[in-house]
Amino acid sequence: MSEPRIVVTGIGWVTGLGHSIESVWKRLLAADSGMEPTTRFDARTFPTSFAAEVKKDFDFRSFVKDPSVHATAGLNSQFALGAASQAWKQSGLDVKPPKDPRRVGLYLGAGEGVLDFDNYVATMLHAWDGATGKIDGVKWAARGLASMDRLKEIEQEPNMPLAHLAREFNCRGPAYNCLTACAASTQAIGEAFSILRRGDADVMISGGTHTMIHPLGVTGFNRLTALSERKGDPTEASRPFSVDRGGFVMGEGSGMVILETLEHAMARGATPLAEVMGYGSSCDAYRITDIQPDGRGAAVAMLAALRQAGIDPHARDAQGRPPIQYISAHGTGTKENDSIETKAVKRVFGDMARDIPMSSIKSMMGHLIAAAGSVEFITCVLAIRDGMLPPTRNLKNRDPELDLDYVPNQTRAAKVDVCLSNNFGFGGQNDALVVTRFRG
Amino acid sequence: MPRQNRRVVITGIGPIAPPGLGIDAIWSALLEGRSGVGPCSIFDISGFRCPFVAQLPADRFDVKQVVPKSYRKATKVMSRDIELAVGAAHEAVRAAGLITKAHEPADGKVTIPADRMGCHIGAGLIAAEENELTAALATSRKADGGFDIAAWGATGMQNLTPLWMLKYLPNMLACHVTICHDCQGPSNTITCGEASALLSVGESMRVIGRGAADACLSGGAESKVNLMAILRQQFAGRLAQATASDDPARIVRPFAKDAIGGVAGEGGGILVLEAAESAEARGATALAELAGFGASQSFCADTVGADPGRDGEGIADAVRAALDDAGVKPDQVDAVVPFGCGTPALDAAEAAAIRGVFGARAAQLPLLTISTITGNCGAGFGAVAASVAVQALRTGMLPARVNGDASQGVDAAPVAARKADLKTVVVYTPSLGGQNAAIVLRRAS
Repeated sequence: MSEPRIVVTGIGWVTGLGHSIESVWKRLLAADSGMEPTTRFDARTFPTSFAAEVKKDFDFRSFVKDPSVHATAGLNSQFALGAASQAWKQSGLDVKPPKDPRRVGLYLGAGEGVLDFDNYVATMLHAWDGATGKIDGVKWAARGLASMDRLKEIEQEPNMPLAHLAREFNCRGPAYNCLTACAASTQAIGEAFSILRRGDADVMISGGTHTMIHPLGVTGFNRLTALSERKGDPTEASRPFSVDRGGFVMGEGSGMVILETLEHAMARGATPLAEVMGYGSSCDAYRITDIQPDGRGAAVAMLAALRQAGIDPHARDAQGRPPIQYISAHGTGTKENDSIETKAVKRVFGDMARDIPMSSIKSMMGHLIAAAGSVEFITCVLAIRDGMLPPTRNLKNRDPELDLDYVPNQTRAAKVDVCLSNNFGFGGQNDALVVTRFRG
Repeated sequence: MPRQNRRVVITGIGPIAPPGLGIDAIWSALLEGRSGVGPCSIFDISGFRCPFVAQLPADRFDVKQVVPKSYRKATKVMSRDIELAVGAAHEAVRAAGLITKAHEPADGKVTIPADRMGCHIGAGLIAAEENELTAALATSRKADGGFDIAAWGATGMQNLTPLWMLKYLPNMLACHVTICHDCQGPSNTITCGEASALLSVGESMRVIGRGAADACLSGGAESKVNLMAILRQQFAGRLAQATASDDPARIVRPFAKDAIGGVAGEGGGILVLEAAESAEARGATALAELAGFGASQSFCADTVGADPGRDGEGIADAVRAALDDAGVKPDQVDAVVPFGCGTPALDAAEAAAIRGVFGARAAQLPLLTISTITGNCGAGFGAVAASVAVQALRTGMLPARVNGDASQGVDAAPVAARKADLKTVVVYTPSLGGQNAAIVLRRAS
């Protein structure tokens, strides 16, 4: 018996470029940037003091049925509720919810919540004995218990976006959160797809949500020298594939999708937006700080996804096109990533690689870390829908070593039926998804 | 031809818990009914509700002794949670008789090719080591003692080692383990609180089942023995109210009428899961068969799941799904390893689930309560529990039980270790947040 086909019936996102599918898509196609000076904390003296923040006019309460059950939601859960509500509505499941909530699951790649930084630091310093270089546990407990908030602390657990979505959409099926750094939500969508294919659910809400635009998040990435520290206009700081690229720019937000078996979608008269055909996952097992330099791990993930989709990477289609017509790159804008990703794509597609357009929306939206894969997956769905490829912004001066078609600076019209979405996590996890036009 | 349902067996277990690294230390403590609970050696935690923890003493485990020589330097960037996972993986690989890259084989030959080896390790919200971070923060203080974020951004943060953040990313458990043992197949990090380890085991089972790997290192690890985790446990209503003069061995009372709450713990485990055909081909001994897996989400009236509700319906859903997956009827189950951390509300929900699934048999169905040894080690708990279940099946023994009673209509009263004819054992874990995972283990044929 062949395995069930899995389709996308709803998409939604909350990003630094807006919080509806069409508004964000329009800005991506306009090569618009969401980067501005950081406002979530006073970052003025930090090496990096800009980011693509979700703007203050986003209010998750306008998306949900009953805001009171989400009163303590952290930013990550708020973004997730906003994005998932859009997707749920588009899928039509808000009007006619699934009959059996046990057949509705969740698989998210959500990041942890934001630390209650001021109270946390104050507690640490209060209990610190400079002479011994040690924390006094009793003083710490007294201050911590008095100043930190019970629910704010619980809401930081990485499975809390899951809890909020389960409550909002009454999901009682399999529920997972994975956190493989920048690969998390691609992996989540891939595993949700696998759960549906195996028949363990009819509908899965999947995607990611994250913000690391907080003092310790920026500190951590600045210490790793992974962030752009470019001076001047923040909209020019994210420069994937450019010769003068210097690191990524932090974004924040969420992308959420509704996946379901084709049978379930058809039975309720839903309109598939796209089909998921393949998922591949691999691990570098190389070094804690570096990617396999030859791009082998990334290539293995792409090849596995293509194989599952039944696509030969070296065979042109009936119209003479490459088998993949758009790659949503991981494209962080770090020296290492962009160069190794380019090698990996060539490893997979050989000479044909140059004919496949591949762009990085991180140049405009920033890097949503755990949520990056989810918004890039949605970009593939929209590229198929509209026949438009979003560009890589700030690519005036391509790195001469990098010789693929990165769709520089300007949106391009192209007939797109098959896309590949790549994400690679710090820590070695590589994930790839094949998304195609739905044909009944 | 899709290979969705290849049979999966367990060929090695590597639990880590207060009695030590490896099943032998943990099993003998369980047979004798010894406690794992005691004072905290890292901080004076008497300012919290419970002055006790379930901690693994330093003299019982040193991560430097288990990593390959060439990898010892990397132990500097391992948080406690990572150390536990790396130790557990080392033990599981040893127990399974696998040769991996970690053994630095002279001929370069490993038992299972790197690209056929996956790794799924559940992780918690890893707390920054307090003294290290505060030493850096303290360089950026204003005259009044308050924190000066401008000074921190300009210079203070330089006091943190460049790799500081990499100690605390949850997927660094799997990162280090995959590097040590060269696992290049699918790898994931599940972060669903206490359900994480069994969800990881379930995912490994599916990955092997569908042919994406032949073996996986699978499980979870977490230390809640740190100030932030203890604070969060207290806020979540999971800690016992106790004083230093209380008997630590009596604090955790799983399913007891007089239960007063749990303790923060540390531990976890890695299991070697293998396709039955792969284990057979290399002549490995299957310790047990992983026959079924199920997952579910509970309805949480308070959304975050700190109040688990009383009906246990979500837990029962996961157990039923796992039984169904294994093709096992409830009356074929011989024992259950519950979560049972001695928190009255959650214990009540679990007892309701057990009664709901097993009906009248619930009162006689032996529960293997292990939290008197492990405390709540979060993302690691399910891996200790699964390892204990495997050992029970292998040895035909049920460990001793202490501190519980039969008041909830489940078999949790104190009893000595005893022989039992065990063929099928269920393990489940509910998380703070409402995710539930369950597995069905079958005695190896």
